[in-house]
Amino acid sequence: MMLESTKIKMQKFNTLKSIPAYLPIVNIDTDMIIPKQFLKTIKRTGLGKNLFFEMRYDDDGNEIKDFSLNNEPFNNSKILIAGNNFGCGSSREHAPWALLDFGITCVISSSYADIFYSNCFKNGILPIILEEEKIKELSEYSNRKEEISVDLNEQKIVYGNSETKFDIDPFKKKCLLEGLDDIALSLEKSTQIDTYEKKLKENKPWIFND
Amino acid sequence: MPLTLYDKIWEEHLVHQQEDGTALLFVDRHLIHEVTSPQAFEGLRNSNRKVRQPNLTLAVVDHNIPTTDRSKGIDDKDSRIQIETLDKNCKEFGVQLFGVHDKRQGIVHIVGPEQGFTQPGTVIVCGDSHTATHGAFGSLAFGIGTSEVEHVLATQTLVQKKAKNFRVNVNGKLAVGVTSKDVVLQIIGNIGTAGGTGYVIEYAGSLISDLSVENRMTICNMTIEGGARAGLIQPDQKIFDYLKGRPMSPKNENWDKAVEYWKTLKTDSDAKFDKEINLTAEDIVPMVTWGTSPQDVVSIDGKVPNPENESDTDRKNSIERSLKYMGLEPDVAIKDIKIDTVFIGSCTNGRIEDLREAAQILKDKKKAAHVHAMIVPGSGLVKEQAEQEGLDKIFINAGFEWREPGCSMCLAMNADKLKPKERCASTSNRNFEGRQGRGGRTHLVSPGMAAAAAIAGNLDDVRKYQN
Repeated sequence: MMLESTKIKMQKFNTLKSIPAYLPIVNIDTDMIIPKQFLKTIKRTGLGKNLFFEMRYDDDGNEIKDFSLNNEPFNNSKILIAGNNFGCGSSREHAPWALLDFGITCVISSSYADIFYSNCFKNGILPIILEEEKIKELSEYSNRKEEISVDLNEQKIVYGNSETKFDIDPFKKKCLLEGLDDIALSLEKSTQIDTYEKKLKENKPWIFND
Repeated sequence: MPLTLYDKIWEEHLVHQQEDGTALLFVDRHLIHEVTSPQAFEGLRNSNRKVRQPNLTLAVVDHNIPTTDRSKGIDDKDSRIQIETLDKNCKEFGVQLFGVHDKRQGIVHIVGPEQGFTQPGTVIVCGDSHTATHGAFGSLAFGIGTSEVEHVLATQTLVQKKAKNFRVNVNGKLAVGVTSKDVVLQIIGNIGTAGGTGYVIEYAGSLISDLSVENRMTICNMTIEGGARAGLIQPDQKIFDYLKGRPMSPKNENWDKAVEYWKTLKTDSDAKFDKEINLTAEDIVPMVTWGTSPQDVVSIDGKVPNPENESDTDRKNSIERSLKYMGLEPDVAIKDIKIDTVFIGSCTNGRIEDLREAAQILKDKKKAAHVHAMIVPGSGLVKEQAEQEGLDKIFINAGFEWREPGCSMCLAMNADKLKPKERCASTSNRNFEGRQGRGGRTHLVSPGMAAAAAIAGNLDDVRKYQN
């Protein structure tokens, strides 16, 4: 039974259509996605303008013209295609917050760092894993400024007359589709947590500094 | 079925498991700091939730605070607000905080072990990717995002899927001047920055057993730089001796019970690992990074790589991009690279043994005139200990600045940062573009190598400087 407290916090993710932006760089770390000077915030919002700050602006704060996300149509992209090991480094959730605030709700790469990958799901962002070959194929759509579409329920990306399937953990998929608050889901298991803690106090009393 | 240490800790902490393997894992120890926690507390407040186990939670300020005199408050408004917010949140939710003026304040991954908050066999999390540091005690320790921080605060659990097992064996003995920092840089160079993705690494072998507790922490600390979220080491008598009598360590009969349990924390001899590599300690020499990823390692005797020698296009582009950012020409000898700044500190190398290692090289020496050098102890207690041993005098005499504890120039959130194109020999953990300041150029090294670079004014071989 779902408790009443299972409220919807995140945007639900279902389908998405956009001209993808493409950053052909490997190992894009979360320092690149959002540098430390913007981590002083106590809010989740407002980080989009500082996304990829150092690649996007020059020393005087002017937009660098040949950085794709500064230009039409990529300044409105909802999908970002990037090189492998995307989101490595710092655990800062400010990275997905900045992507989201910019308007990007789907990332496509051949691999992700673990912490970034799970942070995406907590914020309604879909990180898709595809083989390098497919990434190259899809990047052509960015070069030609043509739309591609992502269907989470069907687990497929449609581009031109082709389509490709992607894998995703079924539980993570459900949470994204329904925009579920996983704290509320875990709190439904309060009885199990109580039982665990009770047993822990008996078996390992030192854990509680007792 | 034979199990690894990771398998055993995992199973011990299962509160619930779905059929698809998604598990609810109990968290024994939760460390928080000012940068990745404000939004988590705000989330609790908005949903009328409490901190489930304030006693299993410990907060420190570290990332954002100045390392200069703090007695008159903090000038930077945003930093001050973030620090005050942590203070307010900890009071409201009943969490213990080591604040700016507490002697025990310091970098979260240095404070945890120092206080005995870190213990073998526990699950430890923190909104910080270097949480694997605590794995040196035989705990399952990993970094989490802010949403997960909120989840742990509210439920004392975390939703997780099990990772695969990866063992890194290092056998043999290290040559003089070669340290655990060089070992972990060598490991990352071998496996690559994504080589550990999806795995938990267990470090094993005779070298790892021979290392001190603090040197083990340096290795586990940089596990994330090889892509693995957690790295751990089987606990032994050195760990028990280290923990005995620390403020938050088990006391009296609980101590005996705890040690009895900790002694069982071993990988079964016939346990299977999904991946395994072997290194020989004698082959490891002092290491330096040349590029903008921690996998870009080279020995101090080596040269800057030449992208023309690379057949893989992505790799070639990546090297070219790094060299451009770093302002380096291909094939230049590493020892010919002049440096501007030396930074000794961070959760990787800000402990007392690291400071002793640097002091041993710097004793009765002076830094090169053009070098700006600073030492930032990892905690107030490390600072106090160093001063008792007279290390501060060695550093100051050598021309180093002796600072207050914090994360400092490792991530440059406070005023300690490189200027564009400034080149730094740093004992920290990341050489990413802009990490130590926009346009700053980082070469990761051990504390001894950083000290040698300060004296020489360029990257140099610490083995020439043994006092």
